[in-house]
Amino acid sequence: MALMTIAEALRQAIREEMRRDPRVFCIGEDIGIPGGWGGAFTVTLGLADEFGHERILDTPISELGFTGVAVGAAIGGLRPIVDVQYGDFLFLAMDQLVNEAAKMTYMSGGTIRVPLVMRAPVGATRRGAQHAQSLEAFFTHVPGLKVIAPSTAYDAKGLLKSAIRDDNPVIVFEHKLLYGSKGPRKEQGAISAVGEVPDEEYLVPLGKGVIRREGRDVTIVGKLLTVYRALEAAERLAQDGIEAEVIDPRTLVPLDKGLILDSVRKTGRLVVVEEDNLTGGWAGDIAAIVAEEAFYWLDAPIKRVSAPDTPPPFAPVMEDFYVPSVERVVQAVKSLF
Amino acid sequence: MPESQIPLLDMYRTMLTIRRFEERCNYLFMQGRIPSTLHLYIGQEAVAVGVCAHLRKDDYMLSTHRPHGHAIAKGVSLRSIMAELHAKATGCCKGKGGSMHVGDMSVGMLPAIAIVGANIPVAAGLALAAKRLGTDRVAVAFFGDGAANEGAFHEGLNMAAIWNLPVVYVCENNFYGASTHFSKVFKIANIADRTEAYGMPGMVVDGMDVEAVYQAAGEAIARARRGEGPTLIECKTYRFVGHSRSDPRTYRSREEEAEWQARDPIPHTAQRLIALGLTNAAALADIEREVEAAIDDAVAFAESSPLPEPTDTLKHVFYEA
Repeated sequence: MALMTIAEALRQAIREEMRRDPRVFCIGEDIGIPGGWGGAFTVTLGLADEFGHERILDTPISELGFTGVAVGAAIGGLRPIVDVQYGDFLFLAMDQLVNEAAKMTYMSGGTIRVPLVMRAPVGATRRGAQHAQSLEAFFTHVPGLKVIAPSTAYDAKGLLKSAIRDDNPVIVFEHKLLYGSKGPRKEQGAISAVGEVPDEEYLVPLGKGVIRREGRDVTIVGKLLTVYRALEAAERLAQDGIEAEVIDPRTLVPLDKGLILDSVRKTGRLVVVEEDNLTGGWAGDIAAIVAEEAFYWLDAPIKRVSAPDTPPPFAPVMEDFYVPSVERVVQAVKSLF
Repeated sequence: MPESQIPLLDMYRTMLTIRRFEERCNYLFMQGRIPSTLHLYIGQEAVAVGVCAHLRKDDYMLSTHRPHGHAIAKGVSLRSIMAELHAKATGCCKGKGGSMHVGDMSVGMLPAIAIVGANIPVAAGLALAAKRLGTDRVAVAFFGDGAANEGAFHEGLNMAAIWNLPVVYVCENNFYGASTHFSKVFKIANIADRTEAYGMPGMVVDGMDVEAVYQAAGEAIARARRGEGPTLIECKTYRFVGHSRSDPRTYRSREEEAEWQARDPIPHTAQRLIALGLTNAAALADIEREVEAAIDDAVAFAESSPLPEPTDTLKHVFYEA
């Protein structure tokens, strides 16, 4: 058992899978440049020393192009792990992700596989509007893409390994404040997601959520950073005698619906917390599922705690207002009693 | 290359198959027996055939929204293409593709990518895989003049060049992106001129001359197979028909069409074959009958095939081993 950050856990997952399978390779911007950062958040730092620059393949700044190259490489028998420095840059690659990666299996009548992993950092971190967005809902909406969002080091390693072995395109959302990146890439305001990671090999299967805290009074569903916000809120609520159950789905597609529905059937209340903005968001989808499938167990309306419908702002006072706070989660829960 | 080594008769047969196949598609479409739209390749057959004559079954080929000719030239079966156009369960994409996405990976053709230019980086990726896995496979991507103004063209050609990938880009310059003429959207005479900016060889070829296409493609594909990197071949060509089935072609003159139709590669190749003493009128008539019979068979197969189940919609969203 070793203690490691999420960045270290992701790096170890990549290292192990690259050792295990010569078809696995990394492709992206600034991932293996000697003297560089090892990707924007240090995840691939040092991997080129072991695997060389053919398997840690630095690209031009061509997000659409290298995502397309990865799609072709995946169809051709390799297993690319694609790195975009910031999730916001995925918009440049949308055609390849949505029209090619996600549809090729379907269009071929199930004969083609696209085993591609796309790693994308998300989250507002004092960088203003274009290096900050949480993009999960854009991608959970696309049939043919799997989506994971690990919030602990254990899950980061186990889920990424499963994603690399999956025969479908998998988008991995990683939160910048949870990486635990060190040195000059350390993030201001980061949360320590250092956690225990077993020495022996393990996988976390896609599609299985976890209960992070058990409780009988209300279910709070979060993902990435908002799992931690929900856990902190739960501690404060406990002081007022409200026991919150906190669920981390870990995989957004395919979603572990049963875990959420069972919890709501027990607690009778649901609050969904996410950093994405409200309209058309993932929280609304979770609310809809529960309203359709567990309505008669609900004792109160469903609440969404999301970012407002604005771009992520820059000024720290505005950013702190934008990202759902512990206080907002506490207030949302209390409004249900 | 000596003329005796050019498989001109085989190429003639394939060009004729494409032409007759699409004429039949058009007829069936007008009768309402084929749903959807059709982007016909009529007039451009020499390009697909001259290039694909060099490809092995295990080489990759990527096409566009106008893919029937490429598919036939790469060896996708007439039956499975026709069944796909009929939206049948026996189609090459099991009814999930349609006209714009025909393909069959068992003969190296991806489902055609109908987003203009999007197949350019994907072809580079297939070439990267072929190279990394130690094979001598090559990837060929066909696209139109319009694709050369997409960002994917710039990004894909640049990466193919910097990584020296075994890919051949074949730009079919038919002078119209839907209704927009080449001269309105290009300040240069040749798309191939852009290759210099990527450090890649570029060639301009008469796309109405199957022998010229065959020669150019042979050089480019051999170079790629030897590990010497990518090439772009620009084939000047013309679609004799509209962009799609609803296009009345009011943006171009009948005189311009007549000039290009006078250079129709199929009768020209027939004349060349006779002039070279490689065939005679009776043998050509036999080919015509054989081609028609193969298309009759494909149509009969398609028409007698079952429709997919409505609930087949739900299958193949994800790959299952």
